[in-house]
Amino acid sequence: MSALKNTKLLSSGSEWTFELLATYDREIARIAKDKFRLDTYPNQIEVIRSDQMMDAYASVGMPVSYNHWSYGKSFLSTEKNYNRGNMGLAYEIVINSDPCIAYLMEENNMTMQALVIAHACYGHNSFFKGNYLFREWTNAEAIIDYLVFSRDYIAKCEERHGVEAVESMLDSCHALMNYGVDRYKRPSPISANEEKQRLAAREEYIERHISDLWRTIPETEQSQTSVPLNFPVDPQENLLYFIEKNAPNLENWQREIVRIVRKMAQYFYPQRQTQVMNEGWATFWHYTLLNEMHSEGLVDDGFIMEFLASHTSVVAQPEFDSPSYSGINPYALGFAMMRDIRRVCENPTEEDKRWLPDIAGGDWLATLHYAMKNFRDESFMMQFLSPTVIREFKFFCLDDDDQQENIEVTAIHDEMGYQKVREQLSQQYNLSHQEPNIQVYNVNLQGDRSITLRHYQNNRKPLNKSTQEVLKHVHRLWGYDVSMESIREGQVIETLSCKED
Amino acid sequence: MAYIIDRRLNSKNKSTVNRQRFLKRYKKQIQKSVSDAVNQRGITDMERGDSITIPKQDISEPVFGHGQGGKRDIVHVGNKEFLAGDQIPRPEGGSSGNGAGDASDSGEGMDDFVFQISQSEFLEFMFEDLELPHMVKRQLLDSDSFRYKRAGFSQAGSPNKLNIVRSLKSAHARKIALGGKKRRRRRELKAQLLAFVDPLSEEQQSQKRAIEAEIMVLTRKINAIPFIDDYDLRYNLSVKVPQPSPKAVMFCVMDVSGSMTQEIKDTAKRFFFLLYLFLQRQYEKIEVVFICHHTVATEVTEEDFFYSRETGGTVVSSALKLTQEIIEARYPSNEWNIYVAQASDGDNWQADISKCHNIMQQLLPLVQYFTYVEMGGREVQSLWHLYQDLQRDFSHCFAMSQVKNNADIYPVFRELFKRKTTT
Repeated sequence: MSALKNTKLLSSGSEWTFELLATYDREIARIAKDKFRLDTYPNQIEVIRSDQMMDAYASVGMPVSYNHWSYGKSFLSTEKNYNRGNMGLAYEIVINSDPCIAYLMEENNMTMQALVIAHACYGHNSFFKGNYLFREWTNAEAIIDYLVFSRDYIAKCEERHGVEAVESMLDSCHALMNYGVDRYKRPSPISANEEKQRLAAREEYIERHISDLWRTIPETEQSQTSVPLNFPVDPQENLLYFIEKNAPNLENWQREIVRIVRKMAQYFYPQRQTQVMNEGWATFWHYTLLNEMHSEGLVDDGFIMEFLASHTSVVAQPEFDSPSYSGINPYALGFAMMRDIRRVCENPTEEDKRWLPDIAGGDWLATLHYAMKNFRDESFMMQFLSPTVIREFKFFCLDDDDQQENIEVTAIHDEMGYQKVREQLSQQYNLSHQEPNIQVYNVNLQGDRSITLRHYQNNRKPLNKSTQEVLKHVHRLWGYDVSMESIREGQVIETLSCKED
Repeated sequence: MAYIIDRRLNSKNKSTVNRQRFLKRYKKQIQKSVSDAVNQRGITDMERGDSITIPKQDISEPVFGHGQGGKRDIVHVGNKEFLAGDQIPRPEGGSSGNGAGDASDSGEGMDDFVFQISQSEFLEFMFEDLELPHMVKRQLLDSDSFRYKRAGFSQAGSPNKLNIVRSLKSAHARKIALGGKKRRRRRELKAQLLAFVDPLSEEQQSQKRAIEAEIMVLTRKINAIPFIDDYDLRYNLSVKVPQPSPKAVMFCVMDVSGSMTQEIKDTAKRFFFLLYLFLQRQYEKIEVVFICHHTVATEVTEEDFFYSRETGGTVVSSALKLTQEIIEARYPSNEWNIYVAQASDGDNWQADISKCHNIMQQLLPLVQYFTYVEMGGREVQSLWHLYQDLQRDFSHCFAMSQVKNNADIYPVFRELFKRKTTT
């Protein structure tokens, strides 16, 4: 190695220091911005110990969160698994906020820290800033404020109404958390300040205006005749929103808690829809950025070998018959697809030109940015999954139908199967297929105020065993009888209910 | 570019509150797990922390999800020999075997939730809701040791207790109170003096002199107010509060006659050990006296106590007598909290019963608490009946129970020390 090249090395050896972190960050940022046009929020890198990492785990990575036993539970199980060596901690946690907060663990050596900086501070960070779902659904500037607001608000409620009352409220809301999002309507982003100001006004307003729905005083003659057949007129998919606005007996603070949980669900919703893309994007960039550093001579061969070893284990994909198989590794699939997009742009084959005519031979960087900004997992698969990647993963589709004796292989990684695999995989990442489609169907306004939920079955898939338990939570929130009808092909095939004891 | 912040010095245990809430919420299950653990453990490692097991379904957080069944299309990785259209027999155990990803995530597994609690938490759960009966009463009645507690200020005291700040404050107040009127008068006179402008008439001059004379008198009087007076002195006041004696002695009394098998002794040892741990939480220092007896009682070492084997008859009164003697000689009851735990299989020489009764009448008033466990699971014997009579008279400091095997020890122990609602 020439003397000149040696002088460019940022460091040697595995120890990290704060100066080195800053140096690496500066170099990675330079490459990321100048060479690859990654647009990020400012970074806030926090160095923490492993036990602090466990704390962060317990509160779903949030730096601030209200208290709840379930976080204690997840802390205990993380602690146990970690102490027994059953699991390693993630190298990093990164929070979609402005500035973007990333945690580095002090145990990691310099190579790992560089990997994490590239992965989290430039990969995930630019994804948070660029992807349309995050832009529309979350407000990175306000999230920390909102977390502080919600923690303080809930602590105040605990003082006023007792820990247990608040806890049971949160239990019930958490049970419905996945049904606290408007899937199709774009919600307004959250902001703690506005929230606080609105809170006072809202409380006062609600005090004064008892919902007209529950008016028992007889109204004038003419209005009595026009009783709506159904309330809500159209089924509502956002259960928590419906409860927050319409539950007859909730007190204001309880409505506010429903709202807080709903807002948290909304904040996490984009992450759940972009897992493969987000991890793939971040992995692609740590791989690209660090290799770029190596070719610039900033890091030595030892560094890059060690990095590749970690990288390889991150993107490992066990096959279906391996004991360690637990589905598709989003890092592996995402990384493979991102890399494949670059390949298709740079060296398209005849096949690529047929399957991905829009991007074959294009500008790879622009294409990747476009893909990152405008898709989520489901549509990303549909648009960009190429036969090359399908062959690489040896994907195959199974049709597991309980009305058939056998499980059928419906498609494999061959010419006939590419389209089918692509569609199936896309559906597999469609949240509305993964989760039961449950909506508020009707409230009996005139009678016992009972609420009816409807589960529209998808492919005859039934609800799981904890449904009855969840209905108890709905009952607690709604205050009156709850029933759940399962609908298959327009027919009610099963009704569960939870009535007053 | 980026801010790099060292957070390593931040407090850890951010999850403590959440952890406590979890423990509180599942107290019942944890207590059960603790009591199982206590029963299974060897005696020497009774007090370490433990992993607690709770059935997963008890702590699940239910959410809507898909159950098994219906039709699902799943994409898997790593095809080897399958071709489109192949029929694969359904694996045993329904469809979940195939959709590995689905099955493990659905949370329907019946595994247990296991986690660690620390030693102190373990003991906390172990002795939760238990108390040493009548501790307070005894402490106040015949406590000889005291400790001083601050109790405000007084006007009398020894010089070393003088509170300078307080004293000067009250001196200052006194000076203001006594001199206020004179000072005000002096201010007025001084103001009047300023009104005299030269040249002055005779009359004015004499007036001025009079005023000046008065000012001098006032100044003298003001200066004569003492800077500090006996009256001002304040002393820190301390009061004696009775201090519960931090010392406790525990008598382990056991029958080692031929009828006591090693197994029974083991059970007894568990009981003694639990009591020891429990006392340890209440007292800084505990001495343990081991007394074993057959026809005669001797004070022995711990080793001998648990492992030596003697034969012969049983005279319980000998042990009680020795206990009483040791208390009188070494552990005066006004200094020591005395606990006696007696374990026996209930055998006693018939003629000894009345003697036991007499000794117990003298012994019980000396002790804080006397517990008797009868082991072996046989018919109750004469000793039991005697003690039953005693329990009526000394219910506040005497408890007894029967134990059949190791598994009974912890429940019986809890029963004996159950927190009683004050009546």
